Amino acid sequence: MQIKSQKDFFSGLMFMAVGIAFAWGATTYKLGTGARMGPGYFPMLLGIMLAVLGTIETFKALVVEAVDGDKIGKWAWKPLFFIISANVIFGVCLGGLPSIGLKPMGLMLGIYALTFVASLAEKGMKIKPTFFLATFLAVLSYLAFVKLLRLQFPVWPAYFTA
Amino acid sequence: MDLIANLSLGFGVAFTPINLLYALIGCVLGTLVGVLPGIGPVATIAMLLPATYALPPVSALIMLAGIYYGAQYGGSTTAILVNLPGESSSVVTVIDGYQMARKGRAGPALAAAGLGSFFAGCVGTLILAAFAAPLTEVAFKFGPAEYFSLMVLGLIGAVVLASGSLIKAVCMILLGLLLGLVGTDVNSGVARFSFGVPELTDGIGFIVIAMGVFGYGEIIMNLGKDETDREVFTAKVTGLMPTREDFRNMIPAVLRGTALGSALGILPGGGALLSAFAAYTIEKKTKLRPGEVPFGQGNIRGVAAPESANNAGSQTSFIPLLTLGIPPNAVMALMVGAMTIHNIQPGPQVMTSNPELFWGLIASMWIGNAMLVILNLPLIGMWIKLLSVPYRWLFPAIVLFCAIGVYSTNNNTFDIWMVAIFGVIGYLFIKLGAEPAPLLLGFILGPMMEENLRRAMLLSRGDWSVFVTRPLSASLLAVAALLLVIVLLPAVKNKRKEAFVED
Repeated sequence: MQIKSQKDFFSGLMFMAVGIAFAWGATTYKLGTGARMGPGYFPMLLGIMLAVLGTIETFKALVVEAVDGDKIGKWAWKPLFFIISANVIFGVCLGGLPSIGLKPMGLMLGIYALTFVASLAEKGMKIKPTFFLATFLAVLSYLAFVKLLRLQFPVWPAYFTA
Repeated sequence: MDLIANLSLGFGVAFTPINLLYALIGCVLGTLVGVLPGIGPVATIAMLLPATYALPPVSALIMLAGIYYGAQYGGSTTAILVNLPGESSSVVTVIDGYQMARKGRAGPALAAAGLGSFFAGCVGTLILAAFAAPLTEVAFKFGPAEYFSLMVLGLIGAVVLASGSLIKAVCMILLGLLLGLVGTDVNSGVARFSFGVPELTDGIGFIVIAMGVFGYGEIIMNLGKDETDREVFTAKVTGLMPTREDFRNMIPAVLRGTALGSALGILPGGGALLSAFAAYTIEKKTKLRPGEVPFGQGNIRGVAAPESANNAGSQTSFIPLLTLGIPPNAVMALMVGAMTIHNIQPGPQVMTSNPELFWGLIASMWIGNAMLVILNLPLIGMWIKLLSVPYRWLFPAIVLFCAIGVYSTNNNTFDIWMVAIFGVIGYLFIKLGAEPAPLLLGFILGPMMEENLRRAMLLSRGDWSVFVTRPLSASLLAVAALLLVIVLLPAVKNKRKEAFVED
């Protein structure tokens, strides 16, 4: 059997798996009856529906002809990795990592780290313009979020302030 | 008359300096994200939600609403000058708008879009004001069964009218509903699907989902695409004023677009995008006047009609939100979130319990539309300059604002880890061709649906027939079923495919 539409086939599988997972998870909660629904009732119902529809979608992808295979195409691994990493590093800078004893580095350093890591997502990243961009964003964020809106951030590294 | 008294109350609220300022900020930001391709109103509103904590609720909603309809104005500028839709609702404006620009008629095209939008915005606001009160009356007759059926209709409508693949879209709704159930169950106090993580017992924040899926997912997709050459008409746009001939062609198109947009905006799943598509299709069907430029080669009607329609639609899509508390599209789902943050339960009681908020918001829309005409026509040069900012400068800024926004919702790094996960999931959705908008709608409606289902079933003592024996509920479900049947008819199915391919 041949996959006629890659996108539909794999999204069908995904829905099936997630539906089964939720329905299975719902069995650990009380189901209750129609009149008195327990916490497991509605998730169970939805999970089963999702799994059934996912199955239909998967079979459809095997049967119904689609324009040139409906390929998923290349994954953009590089942007995916750097954008998500930039976000995570920013989080580490703001919150620190208590498990290894790293104190928060603060918003300012976080902005520089985020800008540089995110910029790596595109080819041909240049140090100087990125540095300018980071400085611009740092000043802007300081004025807008810290001064004007008074949002609560650790702004400077905890090593200096504490 | 009630309407006039209400509107004057609204204008009293909207004309205070602070609210005028926030309307202006909203409109400027809206135009900004509208002009810049690759960032939409959903991500922007999600980013700015935390910033509105400190504001009074009226000002916050005025600003967020401004972003939504402002984006409809800004989107047309990019469509006309760059041949790229700045906003998804401007997809059809690209076709004729760009051709007009190539023929040196960018000015009249921009004016047609701006003036058409302004007219449509005013009409949409009036309709919103006029229909809100009677619809609210109806809403008070709703019991839990009716609310449940209404939500079913809303969700079905959203996918039937606005998405490509039906099964996939329904799956995304179900997934959204399930994600919405994560967290403590209000009836039994059981923490569901929280895997023992204390932060998850509060549920997944909708800002996290909106930002991960709409913000990060889209950035990653944009960066994965090959750099295409943008041809920007940054040269001076001369002669904004359309000719008399243009006006004669434009006016009926604007009127048709406005009427269609206002009607479609009210429907679930309607709003700006669908309105623009429908309006363009209708214009194409009407006969060309002698000497008129054919469609696809720079016909001014092809700009005026969809732009009027998307603006009218974006105004009237506030009707279901403000009267029934049911968000008809993803942006309105975020507005629900904004209202809950400020302790306002969206629904029919808003009008009676917070009249100054309700009418103030409506009045501010009219003011906002007036501001937008000024922002977008005389100051067009400023926005054109913005278009020459390359994406490599923009995306780190977007990533940063998303991260800051997510963190400041709870001052908690847990949300930052969550948004990273949802960023990956969002990109996966894009790759698998599954649209995320229904997911967000489902996510917002999930807890509400469960609650109403439980109540309805409790009242009926476990009898499922309650949904079809109560006339209002039955008719709502019938409409939902009818929508499904219509879409599944082979003739309509093929037509629908065409409509989504044609862009």
